[in-house]
Amino acid sequence: MTGLTVRAERSAPLDRTRARRKAAWRRRRLVLLLMTPWLIGFSVFFGYPLVMSVYLSFTHYDLLSSPKWIGTANYRYLFTQDPQVGAAVRNTLWIIAVMVPLQVVFACGVALMLARARRGVGLFRTIFYLPALAPPVAATLAFVYILNPATGPVNILLQHLGINGPLWFQSTSWSKPSLVLLGLWGVGNTMIIFLAAILDVPRHLYESAELDGAGPLQRLRWVTLPTISPVILFSVVIGVIAGLQYFTQAYVAANVASGQASQAGDQTVNNLGYPEDSTLFYPVLLYQHGFRYFNMGYASAMSVMLLVVAFTITLLIIRNSRRWVHYVGAAK
Amino acid sequence: MRRVGIGLLVALVLGAALLAATARTSATAGTSGAKAENITIWVGWSAAELKAFKGVVAEYDNKHADVTVKVVGGINDDKITAAIRSGKVPDVVSSFTSANVGSYCNSGAWIDLKPFLAKDKIDVNMFPKTSQYYTQYKGKRCALPLLADVYGFYYNKKMFKAAGLTSPPKTMSQLTAYAKKLTKKNSDGSIKVAGYNPFLGFYSGNAPDLTTYAPLFGAKYVDGSGKSVLSRDPAWSKILKWQKSLIDWYGYKNLQKFNAGAADEFSASHAFEIGKLAMMIDGEWRVAFIAREHPGLDYGTAPAPVDDAHPELYGAGYVNGTIIGIPKGVKHKDQAWALVKYLTTDSHALAIFSNGVRNVPTTKASLTSPDIKPDAHFKTFLKIFANPNSKTSPITAAGNAYGSLIQAFAVKWQAGHAGDLAKGLQKLDKQIDAQLKQAQAGGVP
Repeated sequence: MTGLTVRAERSAPLDRTRARRKAAWRRRRLVLLLMTPWLIGFSVFFGYPLVMSVYLSFTHYDLLSSPKWIGTANYRYLFTQDPQVGAAVRNTLWIIAVMVPLQVVFACGVALMLARARRGVGLFRTIFYLPALAPPVAATLAFVYILNPATGPVNILLQHLGINGPLWFQSTSWSKPSLVLLGLWGVGNTMIIFLAAILDVPRHLYESAELDGAGPLQRLRWVTLPTISPVILFSVVIGVIAGLQYFTQAYVAANVASGQASQAGDQTVNNLGYPEDSTLFYPVLLYQHGFRYFNMGYASAMSVMLLVVAFTITLLIIRNSRRWVHYVGAAK
Repeated sequence: MRRVGIGLLVALVLGAALLAATARTSATAGTSGAKAENITIWVGWSAAELKAFKGVVAEYDNKHADVTVKVVGGINDDKITAAIRSGKVPDVVSSFTSANVGSYCNSGAWIDLKPFLAKDKIDVNMFPKTSQYYTQYKGKRCALPLLADVYGFYYNKKMFKAAGLTSPPKTMSQLTAYAKKLTKKNSDGSIKVAGYNPFLGFYSGNAPDLTTYAPLFGAKYVDGSGKSVLSRDPAWSKILKWQKSLIDWYGYKNLQKFNAGAADEFSASHAFEIGKLAMMIDGEWRVAFIAREHPGLDYGTAPAPVDDAHPELYGAGYVNGTIIGIPKGVKHKDQAWALVKYLTTDSHALAIFSNGVRNVPTTKASLTSPDIKPDAHFKTFLKIFANPNSKTSPITAAGNAYGSLIQAFAVKWQAGHAGDLAKGLQKLDKQIDAQLKQAQAGGVP
């Protein structure tokens, strides 16, 4: 009797453990089941292409016949001989170094102003956000038209003011700044995130700062910016990655500004990078090799390098961010 | 145990995904081709040109009760490649980008037409040499020509008369002199009417990779061993020097502004058509555009002027063409071939299509076909096409990739940013050789 009682007492915790494990397994199963669509999507549309790109980067592959293993030849050509890659890298770094900070500052500035608005808040928010809804191709077409040095309204207006307007998309020194203007105009998405973060800054922090005698600039420097620093980090990382992948606007602007937009079917004419390779960004060159010249092995090598660079830069930014990003409630 | 369970599930999910992908591939492969009586042809033409092509195909349809041909327009090479890769191919494909024939033939993506040609006893010498060249790669004939684009010279007769000029220029120095005479400037120094606009990239006649100028100077791309000779063949520096001297006369920035203000080349406001440009090099299709958009324009056509030192080249021009072939994986090869054969070798079909789109027909017989509607302007291009010195650009395994290197250098040169010409061309040769080697075998020299 005593022995039975002991066994029953011992088996009770065992049963409970089993039951807990079973329940935990069921929960996990449910989680996995719910994650299945994502897992499938991730494996098919991200994992598989990634692995294939790495493999193809070591092959000669013209899209039409089977890939042929050539070792590191694509990488050697990329690093030592491709005459256009230097310009493409320089242009890409330029757009990241200039456009990303400007976009962050501009989006943050607009969001700060909108956060202060008392009347017509909804209207202003809509107006500033609207450009983000314009498709990139349409927006670029509009900008090339507006900034046409001969017939565009901007230069006509400048002429009335006695200023000889620049050649914008036709000029090597103005083509990238023109793209930056386009980027700033469509900054609505970043602006909305900043606005949400700014409106989320706890009131009591401002009140404490005011009691300590802080002026508006000091409140911005010591309260707003540190509190929204995670959003700044997010915008910088997303901006840098978008800069590394900068394609659509450059592709459309070069084709339209060079006057070849209507020759969609004829790929003999090549105006990517117009004028003088000043808008030849790394992804544009990659596209050119992969889809215009059927050199997909080489294009894959370029894309692998792009991934490595994007990963490294993101890692560096995130590591560096520990010094300036503050998470509310996070332990130091 | 827990890890094993999760691992199993992940493997299951991945397996399912792979299975789904495989199933999809086999499903698409299973649907490739169409029923025997229905065949599909993909072409690049659109709008009015597509309508003309459909007219030709309709005639074929009427003559052949066993097939019904479906024409799909607005196709480019990206779509063709994607279709071949997916296995879901149309029966016949055509491309405007003859430079890609190297990829299509080399990879076998377009099937070899030699057995069909042999079976039907068709001698490829029925096509002019240039067209024979851009429809094969290293002896593999995977395409045939379906009308050609031929570049010639257009000049505004009214402006010529006003300037006291009686005939079109025959040499480059004459062209320069005429250009200066015909140019009109605004009070602020900007260009009102350009006599001749040599800016690379301005309309098709100024292809930035210099293709349209090369035959006019007799310029060669490669030597016998396939090495780039841009620095060794003096014709290239002649082209670039001549072109730059005229750019400098206008002023680079003045031309940039003029170009930016000029309408799209395929719009009814084309600079030549509205009298803002007195002379230009352009394709034969412009004849049809002018007839449609500005029938009252008083203009003439002629072969483009040539290098002063090579008057014998006068009459030649740059030739490029639409290519047509049969993609691999097609189910109705015989029906596809019958259509290709009809479209490319039947003089009547070529003539009526040529009349419709005003592109040059591509067999020697069709050039003199009585079905070709007489048109003095268009006849010029038929003669240029038949000229033995007319040339196209080299066909390589990497399409026109070398052209992008020539272009990168040439546009820098015209802007005055390329430095020493001889050194620049030497560097360009090295770059082209390296690129071709990389594209062909994936190796570096």
